[in-house]
Amino acid sequence: MITVYEALVDPTRRRILDLLREQPRLVGELVGLLAISQPGISKHLRVLREASLVKVRQEAQRRWYELRPEPLLELDDWLGSYRELLTERFDRLDNYLEQSQAKEKEQQEDDKVKSDD
Amino acid sequence: MTKLNLTIEPGKQEFSYTRVFNASPEQVFKAYTDPAAIVQWWGPRYLTTTIEKMEVQPGGSWRFIQQDANNNEYAFHGVYHDIVSPSRIVQTFEFEGTPGHVALEILTMERQDGKTLLTAKSIFQSVEDRDGMVGSGGESGMRESLDRLDELLKEAA
Repeated sequence: MITVYEALVDPTRRRILDLLREQPRLVGELVGLLAISQPGISKHLRVLREASLVKVRQEAQRRWYELRPEPLLELDDWLGSYRELLTERFDRLDNYLEQSQAKEKEQQEDDKVKSDD
Repeated sequence: MTKLNLTIEPGKQEFSYTRVFNASPEQVFKAYTDPAAIVQWWGPRYLTTTIEKMEVQPGGSWRFIQQDANNNEYAFHGVYHDIVSPSRIVQTFEFEGTPGHVALEILTMERQDGKTLLTAKSIFQSVEDRDGMVGSGGESGMRESLDRLDELLKEAA
């Protein structure tokens, strides 16, 4: 079983996903767009299918390859929770820094008033 | 629009991020090394963070405890290895809920256009440890920067 991560390692496979995101395509189109041999494209498509990133729709004699975004959305969820945690943490740090700067400024102004006396 | 730039490369036992703060390196460094500051930003708002120990010097220990409304506690601890004011902190990090999975954290603060660029790197003992920390159930290592993937996802969504 090939994982989504393994499937995404290869730059050519990511390029294929980019092209399939635009529209479903035939193997021949991918061969032309990526200038890679048909066996090469077929091998990458097999990996992408095993990782459930791509599905095939048979239409008469044609096989259309389509993007399945679900595994990518799951991956995004997985990363998103951590990004959110960090984002929130640093928003709090921003607030803290803003407050401490305001306090420092106040302190300096107080000191100035005192020294003016 | 987020200012956080998080990099998690598949198959690596580390992750890193950068973040710019509208403050001086001295102020950012203080936010990391002053207990009174830590309690204000380190933990999520719905948890109360208590500093049990915070010996900010090479070889010193730290232990923070977070408590939720039901009195559940989540504790973290580590050791400070390198403290260079106001530019560098190296420390270990361990969540006591998963003992033994220690990470090494390297934080640097650099002045940049009147602001501070924070760069953080966390290095884990294994890819599994890293993935476990980042997500709740990282089943496998990820093997490529996911920054590009983010763009892909935004358009796919």
